[in-house]
Amino acid sequence: MITKEDVEHIGWLARIDISEQETVEYMEKLNSVLGYFGQLDELQTEDVAPTYHVAEIYNVFRDDMVKDCLPQEVVLANTEHKQDGTFRVPKIG
Amino acid sequence: MVYENPEGIRIGLEIHIQLNKLKTKMFCGCSTDYHNAAPNTHTCPVCLGLPGALPVLNKKAVEAAIKVGLALEGEIAEETQFHRKNYFYPDLPKGFQITQYDFPIVSKGKVVIEGEDGEHTVGITRAHMEEDPGKLVHIGSIGKSKGVLIDYNRSGMPLIETVTEPDMRSPKEARRFLDKFRNILEYLDVFDGNLEGAMRVDANVSVHWGTRVEVKNISSHKGVERALLYEIMRQKNVIRRGGKVSQETRHFDEGRGVTLSMRTKEEAEDYRYFREPDLMPMRVTDWISAIKETLPELPDAKRARFMEQYGITDMHARSLTSKIMLADFYEGVSAKGADPKFAATWTADVFLGELNYRDLAISSYDGERIGFIHAKDPRIKNSFKVSDMVELINLFAEGKISDRAAVEVIRTMLDTTEEKTPSRIIEEKGLFKAEDDLVTKAVAEAIAENEAAVQDYLGGTEKSLNFLVGQVMKKTKGTADAKTARELIVKELKG
Repeated sequence: MITKEDVEHIGWLARIDISEQETVEYMEKLNSVLGYFGQLDELQTEDVAPTYHVAEIYNVFRDDMVKDCLPQEVVLANTEHKQDGTFRVPKIG
Repeated sequence: MVYENPEGIRIGLEIHIQLNKLKTKMFCGCSTDYHNAAPNTHTCPVCLGLPGALPVLNKKAVEAAIKVGLALEGEIAEETQFHRKNYFYPDLPKGFQITQYDFPIVSKGKVVIEGEDGEHTVGITRAHMEEDPGKLVHIGSIGKSKGVLIDYNRSGMPLIETVTEPDMRSPKEARRFLDKFRNILEYLDVFDGNLEGAMRVDANVSVHWGTRVEVKNISSHKGVERALLYEIMRQKNVIRRGGKVSQETRHFDEGRGVTLSMRTKEEAEDYRYFREPDLMPMRVTDWISAIKETLPELPDAKRARFMEQYGITDMHARSLTSKIMLADFYEGVSAKGADPKFAATWTADVFLGELNYRDLAISSYDGERIGFIHAKDPRIKNSFKVSDMVELINLFAEGKISDRAAVEVIRTMLDTTEEKTPSRIIEEKGLFKAEDDLVTKAVAEAIAENEAAVQDYLGGTEKSLNFLVGQVMKKTKGTADAKTARELIVKELKG
């Protein structure tokens, strides 16, 4: 069961402000989703290996070959917060 | 002798090393050669964490990780994969770091070091692959930071994080472990320790078998010993005053040489690891035998061979093999006709000693010359030719120059970038060994001019003999062989 505290914690981890009313609402919704998935617990899965990828693909690699990078002005094009070629952000506290 | 570890010290290390010998980053084709580049010029949508960008793993990074695992005598996982470690910090634009979690590529290895009581084994818990975050520069001091500047050139650099068991029993053992570990990585040619940010270390340490404290932000293998010495002293003081060491994370302030408590967040760390869906798992155990065959001779094996093949001491062999480039230089010098035992002394004792004195770090060897850069100012560079070392050792072996003169030549060559052969320097400085009659004459003069010292010596004051030898050296401008001068004086005075 997901509690109100769990929802607040998840909100904090995701840096999302959640109001008191929303906390209750999300708690109910999340519990409903979990309850739905809980039906899977009825299945016998002891002898089944976990599936993490639906495609059975292994070993996807690339060679160690240098490709062109983006020019600095393109990298910084979407921000107003820049200084001497770097991104400038507020102090981290 | 068994080391009792009277203070119950346990040290474990977590070491991040950059696979900076690779040409490209972990998951994209951006060049790893960013150290002198302008900020944000070595980035692309993948390492900038732009939405929709797809990471593709560098095959060479996996091979390097397997090499490291085999050199550490570890197990290579049959199946291994990446996870996302989620947290918000501006050095990580995606909001998560791609790393490995419960299936690291390497586990259960070991490194044998020269410990407090001889050979000592340090267990390797695991080693895994991950990506480096970007680099943050704080404007003003960290405490009064006005803002942060971010350069993502480093973002996505291939890293290997290695975690040891808490098997080290003193700061000295921790330093020796790191020296050996770095040495092994350089033998494997996956790592250049001279580049800025190449190795970063966190340490956990406890005294009296007590509570573990983690010390973060140790940026150099030299800083480790200082950080640990301070932290051990601090913990002992807490206990002596009747307090309890609390479990916490501290930050090493390299400038002041102290560890400082980091503000603990109210929320416990919660990284919500989950499998990285953009990267497929790996099955690479069938690569192992091929990679094993490419493994070079490692430090311990090379040391044993040097002792056997060149008949040199364990101490010299240890010192010469402590850097792959130095070992290769030594073999070059021996192969080109210098006596291997003389070559060991002149390379391991004198040459290396003079390099350390000048803070010069060996950085290259191309078969012809060994190169070095200043540890603090990489603009200061110099090199030393194999052929010059051979010439110098042979001149010394033939008795044409004194050992003092040979040292003088090495110093001169290290202090100038001018290309001059040893013979030329010896000629210019008048360092060829004085003719024997010149020494004999200087001995006679020294005895005649220093009546008081002669009497003191004959009266039993050994120190006066040193004074007389000094006078002879002065008269011959240091070209006399000190041992010969001493023998001549003794013979003259005592018959």
